[in-house]
Amino acid sequence: MRFFDLLSVQISWRNLWRNPRRTTIILTAIVVGIISMIVLSAFGRGMMEGMVKNSIDNLVGHIKIQNPQYRIDPAIDNRIDQAEKIAAQIGELLPDDVQLATRLRLDGVLSTSREHTGVMIVGIDPAAEKGVSFIGRPLYQGTPLQPEDARGLLIGQGLLERLGLEIGKKVVVLSQDASGEGRSKAFRIRGSYRAEMRDTEKRYIFINLKSFQDMLAAPGSATEISISLRNANAYQTGTVEDYVDRINERLDGLGLEATGWRQLLPAIAAYIDMFDVYMLIWFVVVFVAMGFGLANTVLMAVYERMREFGLQRALGLRSSGIIKNVMIEVLFLLLIGMALADLCSFFLVKVVFRSGIDLGSFGAGIEMWGISRIVYPVLSLSDIVMANGVVVLLGLLVGLYPALHAARFTPIETMRHL
Amino acid sequence: MNDLLLAWRNIWRNPRRSILTILAIAFATALLVFMLSFQFGAYDDMIDSSVRLSTGHVQIVAPGYHQRPEMRKVIDNPEELLQEATMLSNVDAVSLRSEAFVLASGEKRSRGVMVTGVAPHHESKISSVPQQIKKGRYLTEGDGAAGVIGALAAQHLQLDVGDECVLLGSGRDGSIAAAVVEIVGIFKSGVDEFDRSIMQLPLAEFDTIFSMEGAVHRLIFTFAHLSDSQAGAAQLRQGERARKLQVLTWEELTPGLKQSIELDLISGIIMYFILVIVVAFSILNTFFMAIFERKKEFGVLMSIGMKPRRLVVLMLLESFSMTTVGLVLGILCGIIITLVAARYGISMGDSAEFMAQYGMPERLYPKLTLLSVTVGPLLIFVVTLLTALIPVLRIPSLRPVEALRS
Repeated sequence: MRFFDLLSVQISWRNLWRNPRRTTIILTAIVVGIISMIVLSAFGRGMMEGMVKNSIDNLVGHIKIQNPQYRIDPAIDNRIDQAEKIAAQIGELLPDDVQLATRLRLDGVLSTSREHTGVMIVGIDPAAEKGVSFIGRPLYQGTPLQPEDARGLLIGQGLLERLGLEIGKKVVVLSQDASGEGRSKAFRIRGSYRAEMRDTEKRYIFINLKSFQDMLAAPGSATEISISLRNANAYQTGTVEDYVDRINERLDGLGLEATGWRQLLPAIAAYIDMFDVYMLIWFVVVFVAMGFGLANTVLMAVYERMREFGLQRALGLRSSGIIKNVMIEVLFLLLIGMALADLCSFFLVKVVFRSGIDLGSFGAGIEMWGISRIVYPVLSLSDIVMANGVVVLLGLLVGLYPALHAARFTPIETMRHL
Repeated sequence: MNDLLLAWRNIWRNPRRSILTILAIAFATALLVFMLSFQFGAYDDMIDSSVRLSTGHVQIVAPGYHQRPEMRKVIDNPEELLQEATMLSNVDAVSLRSEAFVLASGEKRSRGVMVTGVAPHHESKISSVPQQIKKGRYLTEGDGAAGVIGALAAQHLQLDVGDECVLLGSGRDGSIAAAVVEIVGIFKSGVDEFDRSIMQLPLAEFDTIFSMEGAVHRLIFTFAHLSDSQAGAAQLRQGERARKLQVLTWEELTPGLKQSIELDLISGIIMYFILVIVVAFSILNTFFMAIFERKKEFGVLMSIGMKPRRLVVLMLLESFSMTTVGLVLGILCGIIITLVAARYGISMGDSAEFMAQYGMPERLYPKLTLLSVTVGPLLIFVVTLLTALIPVLRIPSLRPVEALRS
């Protein structure tokens, strides 16, 4: 016996619409439930992707080459010598659209005429940072760092305000060279930047790589080579791992190591993995809420047709046939609900919330977590499949309860009911 | 009273349907009770660990110090203020702190750190740092040139317990301040930013090194309960001397924490609303059925003279009793689940590492409060009664003759 014989399908479809109001009400519950699953997970994912992007943007990159010791002890002792040469070699290994940025990043002290504060000094090649990190984006105030500018410095807007400085003011930067000797040099503030994370804004200052190298008498050295993949989806970890392996093969014997962003940002990576679990929990919770209604509605539909089932049995339909008919009815209900809900969700995400939601009123809160101010919902196929899957699987499971009831009616029993 | 009995009996005419409806309500209620307790508990833990690590519930600082900390913006004669403040009710502990940025150097390495002068005796009542010593000991009252330092800063400076550390900075008057301190302890709070940049010295020693002349930068208060901090701050602002200073609550000191709690709460509320709407539609059918399968009965009752209004009341009583049973059941389950979770705590799994960076504890403990037990059920109660109104309000328009014929 085929499961979907035309007769059963027709009977079930017509049964579904014998009480249009009842069907519409339970459909509404299903549709609202599925929409909430898909739209909320799209926002959650959008928020998370923004967070990943901001963290990668935060001078991390998709892959980073470092001296393995630097991650434990970020000092000039653990540097990369001849960084330009290595960067060029690695560049050959990778596709053309991959961007490399060489940086020298060390702890230091920033002194104004009145105050001192601890900062992270980053020597950059301004041209190489475009599209790689936040410092490659347009500045908040002032002019960008010119490649030949040996005395220019960029500062976070947050730090600028806290120290009461202005663009054009002079500051002294101090750091330690390889022999442990303190080295200082005066710089002029050329501009200020804004970053998604307030901590970054208060900690990082940028100068030209060359002038930082000169200041520390360490020509050609850097502490990191950051690699950014164009179009790299944060979830396409396979590509990243593949490149990491290839780069590490080349780096063999140099005492350097390439690491993918998931290892560089273990906390974020763990959060991403947990996110799927959170979403699944939410899906199941919403389902249970509508599952009771679904069971009740189908149960009612079955009870008021008791005599019909009795008649069908008397005419020779087996109990499995009755189960089948009820299950097809449930399946129709779920499929219509899913189709409507998927369409509505698509409309909501792509049209209504296309320009995202602005979390500006939680400014300080989102800065703390590195969440973007505007969150754009992200539809992911896996979330849609998961939401629909949860509803269909659990829905059929719930539907089995009234179906089994219907199959238990015996012709004699049902004749007695009026 | 008779009507209530009638309603109650009507519910059990179809026990299976009523039980499913009650269970739907109970499920949503239990979930809301638990989730709200969980959220409130987590917020309290988050605020508490942030308050204990650095800010306290309320602080008094010199005007402008919070926006732009500078050495010269001090509170003179803090003892008077301290006396005044200790008289206040609800104050749990008060401590004095001063801060200065210095260049700290070990044998080979140096880096900038934030030196905090603390009163060791008071600090152990206010701050969590004394309990977070991983090596050596915390400061004691008798300590002279001794300091405790964050684990990451110690690692970077290659310092260990017993080593000497040279501090170089500027004093309150702008003069050069230099000192050698012995590291007596290393603490690890789990918040990298804190462990990387903080060193604590006894306040008396700090005073000498940075020529503070008895002045301090901050007065830190904790209260018996978090909820006392607003009222406490208001009381403090009344003080003669505090009026010229700035009184700040934890919300103003860590706006990020407050706003991320708001964001989390609002997204939670949106989810609960959706859940309650789904439940409402889920049970709307039951209410409709309960009325329409009894159309004939209503026809009979109306033809023998029952007022439609009484029928409406009767049906509302029916859904009201069903909802109440569901709510009571749900609240009980919710309370039991919450109490169990509050006893053992809920591990955040792999997210714990992520949370630790923001000073959040590894395990979160739900907290049962009057608010968390009542808000959710109240919402469900209102929504279910509104839902019940939709079918019930159709009763008055029933014509007895037509109803009898159906």
